[in-house]
Amino acid sequence: MFKWFVKWFHRMGSPPHFYRFAGSWLPWLTVLFALLTVAGLYGGLVLAPPDYQQGESYRIIFIHVPAAWMSMFIYVVMAICGIIVLVWRMKLAEVVLICSAPIGASFTFLALVTGSLWGKPMWGTYWVWDARLTSELILLFLYLGVIGLYGAIDEKRVAGRAVAILAIVGVVNIPIIHYSVEWWNSLHQGATVTKLDKPSIHWSMLIPLLLMALSFKVYFIISLFQRVRAELLHRERNSRWVEELFRS
Amino acid sequence: MKRLSLSQAFWFLLRRDLLLAFRNRSEMANPLLFFVLVITLFPLAIGAEPNLLARIAPGIIWVAALLASMLSLDGIFRSDFDDGTLEQMLLSAHPVPVLVLAKVTAHWLVTGLPLLLVAPLLAMMLGLDEDAYGILLLTILLGTPVLSLIGSIGVALTVGLRKGGIILSLLVLPLYVPVLIFSSSAIDVAASGLPATAQISMMLAFLFLALSLSPVATAAALKMSMS
Repeated sequence: MFKWFVKWFHRMGSPPHFYRFAGSWLPWLTVLFALLTVAGLYGGLVLAPPDYQQGESYRIIFIHVPAAWMSMFIYVVMAICGIIVLVWRMKLAEVVLICSAPIGASFTFLALVTGSLWGKPMWGTYWVWDARLTSELILLFLYLGVIGLYGAIDEKRVAGRAVAILAIVGVVNIPIIHYSVEWWNSLHQGATVTKLDKPSIHWSMLIPLLLMALSFKVYFIISLFQRVRAELLHRERNSRWVEELFRS
Repeated sequence: MKRLSLSQAFWFLLRRDLLLAFRNRSEMANPLLFFVLVITLFPLAIGAEPNLLARIAPGIIWVAALLASMLSLDGIFRSDFDDGTLEQMLLSAHPVPVLVLAKVTAHWLVTGLPLLLVAPLLAMMLGLDEDAYGILLLTILLGTPVLSLIGSIGVALTVGLRKGGIILSLLVLPLYVPVLIFSSSAIDVAASGLPATAQISMMLAFLFLALSLSPVATAAALKMSMS
């Protein structure tokens, strides 16, 4: 099993192989994404009952919470890619790292926007300087820093390594986001899903929420694959396999 | 040629950087002047009401310290990068993180430590509660080295760039946030007469974390910048 994984891992590192692999998976992933999204949105917007306190406006959590989860998840993905870049100097990990950054930034932005739209009817203002909002904003800056640093260095192989170091350093921020809830008193609700004893969210809301979280993950993979394919073509534009790809 | 031991190399590099800084005193004063100037701007901008100023003094002092430290960061490696000394440093037989630590220490002694001298004066002008002076000094003593250490990573990443300034602030300022939060909250708590032990312990933790990890990251980033 382990040997098989190592072999698979090394094969994935080759750009032409990954290009074909990603291309063949894209249609299936798109179908899966559509199914998950339809099921999740139907469950969340139609089947789930309105909240006894927040009424209908709580339904934005089916977008907001998965987006916030993704914003942290993608940063961790970037940091892991960063370690792979620094240890094995894998070209593909560089590409995955830098292609994840704009997607992660978009999810962070989405989480911030939906959060403030939810905050208006609930808290009476669009923006509150509470712990989670603020650290989400800082996460957005971290993403923008990664994108900015990559753009500022002309030599892209060097830029890939610079961004890898930055991503690993920035991952320190992820636990800060997580523990910020405990660190500062905040207006934001405490965690409701990952409480260890018993989730304080009803299953009729939990299931659509988890479906949406899965659908966002699949969307990330779709978007990442497309970006990586485009970036690989651009980087390897002088190589044999790209030439062969376009001659046929 | 005699080979230097590791600690000799550390002290040698520290002395060299300090000597270079003292030979160039006007540049040394700049971060300090900047610190004082930024703090002077606040009463002018928001009005000189004593209660308001006393309330926001911890925050103002720390934001100013953050900016002053950030602006002086570029000096850590810039001149050595330009004249090739940095390349020789990386080629030397000594582990680069230790050499980096020497350079960062020198930088902190020159730009971070002087803030200790003017901070009480500024705190007095802003009307900060007198109970908080000790904690203020302690946070500066513990916080500014963290700023220099974290900042050195950012500088090492951008030292090869022609227009590194703006991008440096984008990289470094978000990472400064924990220090800012805990230091200003420590002063706040002390000003209202409560013990700030928790915040000070966190800042100590940050200091040791930064002290042990950031030179490694800086060394990796320097190697990347020189390639």
